[in-house]
Amino acid sequence: MTARERIAGNVAGYVDDRTGAAKWMKKNLNKVFPDHWSFLLGEIALYSFVILLLSGTFLTFWFDPSMREVVYEGSYVPLQGVEMSAAYASALDISFEVRGGLLMRQIHHWAALIFMVGIVVHLLRVYFTGAFRKPREFNWIIGVGLLTLGIVEGFLGYSLPDDLLSGTGIRIAEAIIQALPVVGSYLAFFAFGGEFPGTTFIPRIYTVHILLLPGIFLALITVHLMLVWYQKHTQFPGPGRTEKNVVGYPLLPVYMAKAGGFFFIVFGVTAFLGAVASINPIWLYGPYTPGQVSAGSQPDWYMGWLDGLVRMAPPLESYIFGYTISWNILIPGLILPGIMFTGLALYPFIESWATGDKREHHLLDRPRNAPNRTAIGAMALTFTLVSLINGGNDIIATTFDLTINQMMWFSRIAIVVLPPIAFVVTKRLCLSLQRADRDLVLHGRETGRLVRMPSGEFVEVHEPISPEKAWLLTSHEQLAPLELSDLDAAGVRRPGALKNKLRARISRAAAVAVPKATETERRELEGHH
Amino acid sequence: MSNEIEPIKDPGLPAHVHRRTDTDPKAAQRAERQVAILFILSALGTLLMIYAYIFIDQDLFIFIPVLGDTNAHQIALGMGMAIALFCIGAGAIHWAKTLMPDEEVIAQRHEFKSDEDDRKEFVKTAKAGAAAAGLGRRPLIKRSLGAALGLVGVTPLLLLRDLGPLPEDSLTKTSWKAGTRLVTDPGDRPIRAEDLEVGAVAQTLPELPAGEHHTLNNIAKDAVLLIRLRPEEFNLDAERLSWTYEGIIAFSKICSHMGCAVALYEQQTKHLLCPCHQSTFDVTRAAKVIFGPAARPLPQLAITVDEEGYLIAQSPFNEPVGPSFWERSS
Repeated sequence: MTARERIAGNVAGYVDDRTGAAKWMKKNLNKVFPDHWSFLLGEIALYSFVILLLSGTFLTFWFDPSMREVVYEGSYVPLQGVEMSAAYASALDISFEVRGGLLMRQIHHWAALIFMVGIVVHLLRVYFTGAFRKPREFNWIIGVGLLTLGIVEGFLGYSLPDDLLSGTGIRIAEAIIQALPVVGSYLAFFAFGGEFPGTTFIPRIYTVHILLLPGIFLALITVHLMLVWYQKHTQFPGPGRTEKNVVGYPLLPVYMAKAGGFFFIVFGVTAFLGAVASINPIWLYGPYTPGQVSAGSQPDWYMGWLDGLVRMAPPLESYIFGYTISWNILIPGLILPGIMFTGLALYPFIESWATGDKREHHLLDRPRNAPNRTAIGAMALTFTLVSLINGGNDIIATTFDLTINQMMWFSRIAIVVLPPIAFVVTKRLCLSLQRADRDLVLHGRETGRLVRMPSGEFVEVHEPISPEKAWLLTSHEQLAPLELSDLDAAGVRRPGALKNKLRARISRAAAVAVPKATETERRELEGHH
Repeated sequence: MSNEIEPIKDPGLPAHVHRRTDTDPKAAQRAERQVAILFILSALGTLLMIYAYIFIDQDLFIFIPVLGDTNAHQIALGMGMAIALFCIGAGAIHWAKTLMPDEEVIAQRHEFKSDEDDRKEFVKTAKAGAAAAGLGRRPLIKRSLGAALGLVGVTPLLLLRDLGPLPEDSLTKTSWKAGTRLVTDPGDRPIRAEDLEVGAVAQTLPELPAGEHHTLNNIAKDAVLLIRLRPEEFNLDAERLSWTYEGIIAFSKICSHMGCAVALYEQQTKHLLCPCHQSTFDVTRAAKVIFGPAARPLPQLAITVDEEGYLIAQSPFNEPVGPSFWERSS
């Protein structure tokens, strides 16, 4: 035994004497993680969160969230002598006086954008592959929670510097709070400590941004990862992979090296962006004053869909018994997002109710093999994308020489028309892909080699695909629709017949599929040739 | 052969294919060198960062193709950091992919649900625990505890009450009063009608007593836009026309939709546009909404001149300015 081994052994022994960790560790150091590029998407979000914690802590050392009025005397000449809040002045100081301050500010902002991209793309991967199914519904809900909080956290973060752009964003947030029926103006006054803008809002959201929400994030992310660990990762279907096993690389050393390395890569790329790509140049906007606004005011991308919905809302307000209900704010600002996020959170339960599938699933679906789910996803995505595009309608209009009216009317119509079209087209596409899979298994791969038959006929030679590929294309399950009768055993109409009918319809729609190829069919075809 | 349909069979995990580095020691050595080079590059990145932090002046700008004029301190610091971090990651992954074992292993899954016996045992324990506490048998304790916990839950609401004052009627009021002079923002100079040419726009605020200055809270409600048209261009009823003065019309600058500053004036069409959500208001028709999500015109401030010829408000706004709220009556 070398000296080094002896020391390591002593340390490990010391820890194990007090915790009994060895038993757990020996089992888990060899834990198997399936490998697939799409499993890295969630990791991007996780690592961006770590980067946010590190860069954010750096920023707190200099940022002063106070609304105290100061006269700027820093080195940025165009603003010298201008009255501004201490918050804005300290954000300028971080950018111009603190060495590495601007780099850290830009890394922080880029990391926030990447964090949200990571969450959304990870969510799409989980959705389209059906990874949210039993037993992973809890993690789906935690994920939806993290997405929601991420949007709020990001908004609060870019609101802190108190520049003209961020102040405009706060103004809009205040208008949304104020539009709530009955309690709106009270809530707004509590949040802002009186009238807008007041002097308390930014110090308050600072506490929320750097303490409250990061704490909740840490807790939720910990539970999210513990569940992934405990339930073991899902895997894509393939030869040798079943619902009962996990095929992949052991944690030590391969997975650890890859995941650890990937953290540094994400951090490196974020640092690169922070170095070369200017983001949120607050010194160009000037300090916030409610009497001014910059043209082309845009929120960060993850708020863009919300702003897009608000922009395209019809100008509706009701005045009833001397009270005002602002539908033009409530519908796009609260009701639609409420429906979207509730639907998102409940989706696993809706799907398992409709299909009657209550079993555990550890093998992922290829999106084409769940046409209904994929089509619903495409529909929701189209809705969100149209809103996001409308969130930049002014920029798009000026870039492509359109009028803002054309953009707005395009969006108002598209948001209603395009999602159903996306549903139908996606479902057809999925079924066509299933058909293509079936052809591939039964008739083999086109080789591109043409052969002239003795009869003069030209045929293309097909080559059978490998058994591995044939298995991959046929290993999925095809569920039959639920048999739901309106009548119970005694022939009496059941209560809730309408609900049953709806369930049966959804279940039928979900079960539409191209029958997958079988060995029997393959043999019959071979007999023909 | 039976008539049963036979599915396609699982051929099982494909055989492991060795990498070059597994079989060729030279390739393995090469990979080892590549990993080491990446780690050394990382160290060089950190050195670049240290150099930039200490020696490159913060005001030094250099020309870099594509990026243009760039702050040398910032770019060197950032690139050093990016190289330092990225190369550690690239090295580790290259190491894992070329030199660490790449044979896939199989682990088994187990159903999560507990054995029926364990479940039963759990229910029994939980029930026994509840019975030992006697909650079911002692309704007095159960109810009083429920009431106490419910009341304690009110505490946060109570303690958060002082977050802000009640709105009362403050949302309906601005600083404008009958006779308040309009002054320029910035500059605080009173304005005569002849100071504004036809087609001109001015941002104004109410004049304050000497020594006071406009707070942001005031500006958020008081900001007013003056626009001068030719009087015949107006398309207003008699009352609204009497609120203008020699073609000068005054509107609240705070958008009736979500409170942004309605900052864009299109001289040709005489439209005011809010850059936040593109609500568009027609100045000639008392800021009627002609496009976008706003539901109400911008409130119009009735103006005239005082005996010295300076523009003043005839009266306060006749409706609340800014975004809607529940208590607004119309």
